[in-house]
Amino acid sequence: MNAVKKILGIVWLLLAPVVIYFLVSGAITHIDPAGKKDINNPIIWVIIIAIFTPIAIGLMIFGWYAFKGEYDHLPESSMELEN
Amino acid sequence: MNSTISAKTIRSVIAASSVGTMIEWYDFYIFGMLAKTISTQFFPEGNATAALLSTLAIFAAGFIVRPFGALVFGRLGDLIGRKYTFLLTLVLMGGSTFLIGLIPGYKTIGIAAPLLVLLLRLIQGLALGGEYGGAATYVAEHSPSNKRGYYTSWIQTTATLGLFVALGIIMLIKLNMSDESFNAEWGGWRYPFWISILLVAVSVYIRLKMAESPLFSKLKAEGKTSVNPLKESFRHKGNFKMVLLALFGAVMGQGVIWYTGQFYAQNFLETKCNIEFEQSRTIMLWAIAFATPFFLLFGWLSDKIGRKWIMMAGMLLGILTYRPIFSVFLKNTDIVEWKKEDPSPVGELKVKREAVKHSLDSAVTYTQVYSLTDNRKFSEIKTDTLFSEDGKPVASAKVAYQNKHLSTSTYWKFVGLVFFLILYVTMVYGPVAAFLVEMFPTKIRYTSMSLPYHIGNGVFGGLVPFIGLLLTTTYPKDPLVGLWYPIGIATLCLIIGTIYLTNKIDKEVND
Repeated sequence: MNAVKKILGIVWLLLAPVVIYFLVSGAITHIDPAGKKDINNPIIWVIIIAIFTPIAIGLMIFGWYAFKGEYDHLPESSMELEN
Repeated sequence: MNSTISAKTIRSVIAASSVGTMIEWYDFYIFGMLAKTISTQFFPEGNATAALLSTLAIFAAGFIVRPFGALVFGRLGDLIGRKYTFLLTLVLMGGSTFLIGLIPGYKTIGIAAPLLVLLLRLIQGLALGGEYGGAATYVAEHSPSNKRGYYTSWIQTTATLGLFVALGIIMLIKLNMSDESFNAEWGGWRYPFWISILLVAVSVYIRLKMAESPLFSKLKAEGKTSVNPLKESFRHKGNFKMVLLALFGAVMGQGVIWYTGQFYAQNFLETKCNIEFEQSRTIMLWAIAFATPFFLLFGWLSDKIGRKWIMMAGMLLGILTYRPIFSVFLKNTDIVEWKKEDPSPVGELKVKREAVKHSLDSAVTYTQVYSLTDNRKFSEIKTDTLFSEDGKPVASAKVAYQNKHLSTSTYWKFVGLVFFLILYVTMVYGPVAAFLVEMFPTKIRYTSMSLPYHIGNGVFGGLVPFIGLLLTTTYPKDPLVGLWYPIGIATLCLIIGTIYLTNKIDKEVND
């Protein structure tokens, strides 16, 4: 199972930039000052990209930790979290 | 320590925490449910600044301010204690809700009206971000390890009960007055905001009488509280990796299942199936009433068999059944099929003529109600444009079918299907508070669990309608295409949760 965790770590690592790419390309495609739908509104896209970028970076870090084997053993006490 | 807490005390702790959290959810929901009226009163069409403020009020409050509130109040809760922090969030939430109900409309005070609404809505988002973590931590820190899932599941019922109370109160007010009285500047839509202050006053009174969490008090007495909870939560690798695991392995999927079961379903019944207001709302109310006890059941069960697999099963069921369930909603309200049954007109044809804005043309609306066997009814609304220019023909009519009234059997079938959608919510949401509490140490628990929770629910869950609209616009042929977003996120979360999470219950949360 630990090998699977590590291999999937690479997937999470790569998934994050893909998500950001889709959000930015979605914004470019759909922003339309003449449009009336939410998806045409640039403000909403700015908010979503601004909030999703750190989350995607978090996914990258999660993938990196998984790849490095940080999740091979989960801590069972707070003492372990300190280490 | 926990064994010395009496049953009476724990009941008071649960009641004080749950009632307050439910009121916070109620306060947060009524704004969304009354969004149409609020936008007419405060954000008039055609005013660009008001439109911008409206967008910020709707999107920023949920996406940015909620996680930010989790950080601000989480830090405060880990520094000064749970009790006073979640008392503060309650007062902020109740006060802002009440004040929204007092703001005069745009017609009276101009741009100050939407500005004040935005400010108060942001305070609401901030307060909501701080409330849940405090309530869940407070209850969990009073609970014995073998009942932590069950006791905290009472907190988990509050989001759904808040929705239930908000739906019920708005419906009661709306059914007892005309649409005109409800939507007037000082009309019935303000009552749910005013009612909030009474609810909050009662809850603050109850919470003031409660003592601080015993675990936090012990830490404080020993001088072991965190000096910098934000730094310890997010800059210490050992803890930060657990924050990431909580988010991507559990709360992200829980957020989309929660949102799809309760809000997307309601919106789908109203806007895609065009079911009449009363039926669509009562379908939700019945389903919520039947499903709510399952929060407690799954919380209790998680104490026996662990939290992980119950949450994963809820996600899996959502992934497998969302499209079949929503396609039944569409199929059973398909107007093409209804029209094949030769519906008969009921009452007279209503004709309404209105001037088209910025033009001399007129819009004429013809509304005819039809009925079918099994007590089914629907309104056919045809809209023609009459051009003022001589000789120009009448534009071809746009036809819409609304106010569909379901037969009794279909009505209860829909209640049953929505019940299943909410049952999945109870599976993922019932055990999640105990799960999060057990992941983090006492001194930074409030901060560490609040952020992933509000990113999962506020951001991933809150984006369900927006991404749904994005997908529907991109792939217009499939009316269910919007469901691929919650299905995709839940699948990702299911994979991460299954592979990386442990099902072990942490019996020792006193550290």
